[in-house]
Amino acid sequence: MTIVEAQVARKAADYKSEVKPIWCPGCGDYHVLMSFTRAFAELGLEPENTVVVSGIGCSSRIPAYTNCYGFHGVHGRSLAIAAGLKVSRPDLTVVVASGDGDGYSIGGNHFLHACRRNIDMTYVVMDNHIYGMTKGQPSPTTEPEFDTALTPGGTGLSPFHPLVIALASGANFVARAFSGEPNETASILVEAIRHPGFSFVEILSPCVTFRPDEREWKSRVHPAPVGATNNPGKAARRLMTDDGFNIGILYRGERRPYQPSLVGQNIDFAELEKDFEL
Amino acid sequence: MSNTPSERPITDLTELLALAYQIEADAVQRYIDLAEQMEVHNNQDLLKVFRDLARAEGIHAEEIRKMAGDTDLAAVAKRLGRWQKGGSPEEVDLGAAHYLMTPWHALQLALIGEKRALEFFTSVVDTTKDPKIKEMAGEFVEEEAEHVNLVYRLLRKYPKPSDNWSEDDDSPAAQG
Repeated sequence: MTIVEAQVARKAADYKSEVKPIWCPGCGDYHVLMSFTRAFAELGLEPENTVVVSGIGCSSRIPAYTNCYGFHGVHGRSLAIAAGLKVSRPDLTVVVASGDGDGYSIGGNHFLHACRRNIDMTYVVMDNHIYGMTKGQPSPTTEPEFDTALTPGGTGLSPFHPLVIALASGANFVARAFSGEPNETASILVEAIRHPGFSFVEILSPCVTFRPDEREWKSRVHPAPVGATNNPGKAARRLMTDDGFNIGILYRGERRPYQPSLVGQNIDFAELEKDFEL
Repeated sequence: MSNTPSERPITDLTELLALAYQIEADAVQRYIDLAEQMEVHNNQDLLKVFRDLARAEGIHAEEIRKMAGDTDLAAVAKRLGRWQKGGSPEEVDLGAAHYLMTPWHALQLALIGEKRALEFFTSVVDTTKDPKIKEMAGEFVEEEAEHVNLVYRLLRKYPKPSDNWSEDDDSPAAQG
């Protein structure tokens, strides 16, 4: 990805804004914010040339907590906004933040086509298997047996598998991280941002309020048994045995990023208007 | 098993000071983060505890920084790249926070951190062959042991809460 490095060395704290996060105490998203700022510092990004775009949900509050440019967009549309931004300003580093509800349900179709288009940006989904902001409705990644007053007897629905979808749809970098390991997550984010094309990073980020059982994720996650591959077939086979808690980079593709050739050239808008005259 | 770069032995006093500084600086940042969480959620008791802990760790960090003179300890620590996984010894786990936690819980988190720091410096004393590193690490062991005792003393002020401390009749989940 395009990375404009800062002329002066910055610390992770330099990328935090003065806005105090209002996530619940214990929320995994605090760690994700920490990983963002550590990764930005490691890459030496210039805040004025870096944009964090989001949709709606707890996770999507993150642009306010960084001091980069931010765009808190509409529900599920963060990728559409980010894609427009990146093709018109390819010089910027674009990082998109979302949650499992925002990104996989309302924004599910954008997810498929963002992977397919392979625009040079990084998509981070903070997956807590629940809609936390709206008080605990099941999301596309909620387990079928998740039994609450809102889902008596569980949903009975098979969960969405984000890594399978990303790989099958053409994402050029696919990884999973765990919020409780902020240094490791920051390292994965650094690699994702550096990698050309559309990078997808799912971060398991517990919702301790509506899914207190997710505090146990800390003991369930484990390093992926094998390293990254550039072979999508191999990556797909590895996902066949994925238990959902493998942490690490699964796939580093070599597909050329999409960048429309007209961008940056002078366009005669008067001529363009004529083409659409009735 | 060969040592990874992050596990290689400490070779001089600057490296030891840098790691000691990183331990304290990371602790300060985590306690500030926790204090901010408690401030946002209007838990005034815990806000004070976490701010006090941040202040105490900040004093230690500053003392270590002064010992190093003009050396940029943060830069040395970054170069050493220790604790890439799991965080430095006194880095409190933000995931352990709870909206109903009490000062007792906060001090338990602090105790875990102080004990891990004590273990780290003890391991340096036990493994280094350099007498100067051994001597300085020994001083850090004494300091960390005092910190552990301090937390135990503070815990006398805050008795262990009942087992149902996290029960909430009006919990967010119940409001759904």
